[in-house]
Amino acid sequence: MTALLSVNGVKTYYGKIVALRGVDVEINEGEIVTLIGANGAGKSTLMMTICGSPRASEGSIVFGGKDITNLPTHDIMRMSISQSPEGRRIFPRMTVLENLQMGAAAIGFDHFDADIDRVFGLFPILKKRQGQRGGTLSGGEQQMLAIARALMSRPKLLLLDEPSLGLAPLIVRQIFDVLRDLNQKEGLTVFLVEQNAYHALRLAHRGYVMVNGEITMTGAGRELLKREEVRAAYLEGGAH
Amino acid sequence: MEYFTQQLINGVTLGSIYGLIAIGYTMVYGIIGMINFAHGDIFMVGSFVGLIAVVVLGISAATPFFLLILALLVVIAIAMALTAVWGWTVERIAYRPLRGSFRLAPLITAIGMSITLQNFVQISQGARVKPVQPIVTGGYTLMESADGFVVQISNIQIIIIVLTVVLMAGFTMLINKTSLGRAQRACEQDARMASLLGINVDRTISLTFVMGAALAAVAGVMFVLYYGVIDFYIGFLAGVKAFTAAVLGGIGSLPGAMLGGLLIGLIETFWSAYFSIEYKDVAAFSILVIALIFLPSGLLGRPEVEKV
Repeated sequence: MTALLSVNGVKTYYGKIVALRGVDVEINEGEIVTLIGANGAGKSTLMMTICGSPRASEGSIVFGGKDITNLPTHDIMRMSISQSPEGRRIFPRMTVLENLQMGAAAIGFDHFDADIDRVFGLFPILKKRQGQRGGTLSGGEQQMLAIARALMSRPKLLLLDEPSLGLAPLIVRQIFDVLRDLNQKEGLTVFLVEQNAYHALRLAHRGYVMVNGEITMTGAGRELLKREEVRAAYLEGGAH
Repeated sequence: MEYFTQQLINGVTLGSIYGLIAIGYTMVYGIIGMINFAHGDIFMVGSFVGLIAVVVLGISAATPFFLLILALLVVIAIAMALTAVWGWTVERIAYRPLRGSFRLAPLITAIGMSITLQNFVQISQGARVKPVQPIVTGGYTLMESADGFVVQISNIQIIIIVLTVVLMAGFTMLINKTSLGRAQRACEQDARMASLLGINVDRTISLTFVMGAALAAVAGVMFVLYYGVIDFYIGFLAGVKAFTAAVLGGIGSLPGAMLGGLLIGLIETFWSAYFSIEYKDVAAFSILVIALIFLPSGLLGRPEVEKV
């Protein structure tokens, strides 16, 4: 397998504060890779650094063989990467349909009809809500819309930041099922940031654990799930 | 009644000009949250470009009708294009480098740009008032009262009102239906997310300035044709009034800017007609004060609450 995305020794700063202290991550084509860690560990920062905002001050990020470290965000997002970011960031005063049209902005509208049918197939509720404004959707619907919007640009790599946050377990399961399907049937590569370590590690082929801006552990998803340190830090006392 | 109708016509004409300028204020505020105080002066530049084009093309009231219409369209096109370049340049050199700086910084440079534009035009075109002979003449008598008061709508008023309606309709379509307009609304609502979807936010902001300047240029040309005199200072008062219109309508709201412009034009005209012409500016600015106190989000603005 070839690495679709490789993050090599990336350091990111917010002003003088170090957020990432030299992170190495590799994601191969067709994989689901998850990144788990506590609040403030730097998971979302890594997601955003891959997209060029904030920019990595050291190290390099290579996607599909091309160095994207210093590209502007909008150019990176036109290279078949898309992100469903932390907090979903639905455009609140646009309809569901318009939000999805925005998702297709990076690739144009040549196969828009087919693409929208595809995401409506994945999340049928969005079809019913298509004329409704994004800000009026429930949390679960907004999350589905955020993922659907990210899929509209036909990405090879989908970056997903905490899709389960604040959602009912049933909805989380529905969303994770869709991700598994997309990965198995269409070979979509997924990089998933989660606090919900149990679900994420069960879904993922491989996982990374991040503490304080550094990767401290890596391994196959189910193997990490068995490790004592992971259980103690992210699972025991939590759900399940 | 006749007197009232006449003032109504005059007010709508003036309001059209304010509305066209106000759109520039409201769109820029919507997308980057700053008041572009140089926008009134962009309007002034537009009126000068229009005046120069009129002189260069040798248009006068003697020009045959169809040729005149054609020539005016050319003047408007030239004014829109050149003024848009000015708007683009102002954003590029004065505002973009300060993006991400503290909130007052672009406001201060905006005032600086306003003074720069005024001085540039004053030096390059001279400080004296520039008169232009009436180009679009004639009109229609709508009604006449028993005591001989004649209600008229002049051809230039018809042109201003029709052109404004067409431009505003077109512009509303552009914002609501095209992918460019959608990108602008996306940047307005969440610029970071828009960039995550592959939208070039800087370019979208530039285009917003270009559009605002082009509409202000049309207002500038109409101003020249309607009043027949301009000078380098007209941008200040017109700009502040259009800004008042944008605030009254709800800053950030496109229909709000149109409605606000119309209302300010009407209020100013009726105040001059029925109370005192010396205090017409006071009337317009009192509206600004009243709106800020009692209706801070404007007539069509949205309150700053959102479901999360």
